[in-house]
Amino acid sequence: MKFESQKVAMPYFIFALILFAGQIVFGLIMGLQYVAGDFLTEYIPFNVARMVHTNLLIVWLLFGFMGASFYLVPEECDTELYSPLLAKITFWVFAAAGVATILGYLLVPYSALADLTFNELLPTMGREFLEQPTITKIGIVIVCLAFIFNIGMTILKGKKTVINMVLVTGLIGLAVFFLFAFYNPSNLALDKYFWWWTVHLWVEGVWELILGAILAFVLIKVTGVDREVIEKWLYVIIAMALISGLIGMGHHYFWIGPGTYWLWLGSIFSAIEPLPFFMMVVFAFRMVAERKHQHGNKIATTWALGTAVMAFLGAGVWGFIHTLAPVNYYTHGSQITAAHGHLAFFGAYAMIVLAIISYTMPIMRGRPQGNSIAAQKIERFAFWTMCISMLGITLALTAAGAWQVALQRLPESGEALGFMAVQDKLAPVFWLRQIFGVVFLLGLIAYFCSFFVGETEEEASDLEGLTPESAR
Amino acid sequence: MAERFTKSMARNIYYGGSFFFFLLLLGLTFDTMLELPERDHRENITPSVANGKHLWEKNNCVGCHSLMGEGAYYAPELANVFDRRGGSNEQVFKSYLRAWMSIQPIQTPGRRKMPQFNLAPEEVDDIANFLIWTSRINDNDWPPNIEG
Repeated sequence: MKFESQKVAMPYFIFALILFAGQIVFGLIMGLQYVAGDFLTEYIPFNVARMVHTNLLIVWLLFGFMGASFYLVPEECDTELYSPLLAKITFWVFAAAGVATILGYLLVPYSALADLTFNELLPTMGREFLEQPTITKIGIVIVCLAFIFNIGMTILKGKKTVINMVLVTGLIGLAVFFLFAFYNPSNLALDKYFWWWTVHLWVEGVWELILGAILAFVLIKVTGVDREVIEKWLYVIIAMALISGLIGMGHHYFWIGPGTYWLWLGSIFSAIEPLPFFMMVVFAFRMVAERKHQHGNKIATTWALGTAVMAFLGAGVWGFIHTLAPVNYYTHGSQITAAHGHLAFFGAYAMIVLAIISYTMPIMRGRPQGNSIAAQKIERFAFWTMCISMLGITLALTAAGAWQVALQRLPESGEALGFMAVQDKLAPVFWLRQIFGVVFLLGLIAYFCSFFVGETEEEASDLEGLTPESAR
Repeated sequence: MAERFTKSMARNIYYGGSFFFFLLLLGLTFDTMLELPERDHRENITPSVANGKHLWEKNNCVGCHSLMGEGAYYAPELANVFDRRGGSNEQVFKSYLRAWMSIQPIQTPGRRKMPQFNLAPEEVDDIANFLIWTSRINDNDWPPNIEG
């Protein structure tokens, strides 16, 4: 670690991982509710579990991105962070707001939460992924601004590398496009059109810049390859991501009101969307093949390569299989969408955060060449368990989706089975998904264990660094 | 990559390309905004329809159901529920929805449960009006059949 202030990343990462564990637990509850419909419904109705599952995902990834930025920006800028104190305040405000929001979801009915938070003054709640109370949304904006101010001032006083610039444009885009979360007209068609300006332009737009910048940073560190080469790749990859992703938004405009030309534009441009992910795979493997030194943290390299591969599969391949309008006409809103969503989010965004954590956490804990061999071995087991079980979840959901389309969508009205009847028939694949979900949890537990394994006596004293309070 | 392809060329593709396609997106959005009134029939958004949407959001219906294919996939698609359960007759659909909402949660063991939201009959009618309005948006004939 070059600069003391990089250490503010640590509480962000630790809290991100705690929320990640919560996300998985609620995922398992929902998975069970798919097949045992009355499981826990009195206490955690499905809509609440789902809100917690997806909101925790968004928030833990944001914590991960923020931690990654606080670690890599000072190092890239070659200067201390502008304000470590502001970074710590941002952390506690964001963590408290996040926890309060999740508790709100769990403890009171959603409509009561809306009343409690004065939703009627500026109604923004109750839309998929944007369920947060309006005051939480305002809080997110304030936290984002404080965070971007801190990162921006650091970059202004330090070196402006390509990685810095790409990262900060991604972060500014994240803040700007979140503002569409506040636009909620009575006209559902308009609401949906601009809802995607947050949702799509995040995950298939500006987040890809953040992903690219973090991946490039990790690859520079673990391979020692010349920065010039990596930067050129980074530019081309994110250029392709934005060029395809901006008009690729049309694949969400097929069936929600906008006109017919979107059927063509959305299909053509989203067919290009896998390309940047494919380039990312080639890029990552080439950089590792051409590496100039052998970094001791081998598992960090594995995470970086894994991110590229799984992002290509999840976002690229699984996105492509249902992105063309004639196919999407039958698959839209089916379990195929769920299959794609799971693998894409895990491969692209969960794994890049785990990659940067894997690279930086040992350094912040005083082991610049990575954890002990025993710890890396367990982390490697966790890597494969999580990747394989997520592929299992995806394949099970894909089978469920294809079956659903065959029973419910392809036959004519009158011959097609109804939604609930189809869901009953899909139970075997939903059970299979649940089994893979449990395996994923085991992988995650192994991952957490790797933080506590293989320490010598004097190293063990570092472990208290794992609580947010002591990370200063 | 070939030596002739320089970093500054890559940078220009990134900044120039993104800028161009963002402008294109803005242009297409402007065009869509001109076309949308004919497709969404916004002139029929009465206070009741608007309140129906508000109640839809306030009770997080999208956390289980999908609407025009978006939302959760745990409970049936509702953009065409008016056609499926009301036979495209507004009065039939409203009576159906009132009856349906009042009997929740249905106590069949193992069945997925819809919560009881304790809405007033007029509020259920507002939601019905919102779903009727939604079913008439021109959505390029999605879904493929009445089962959604």
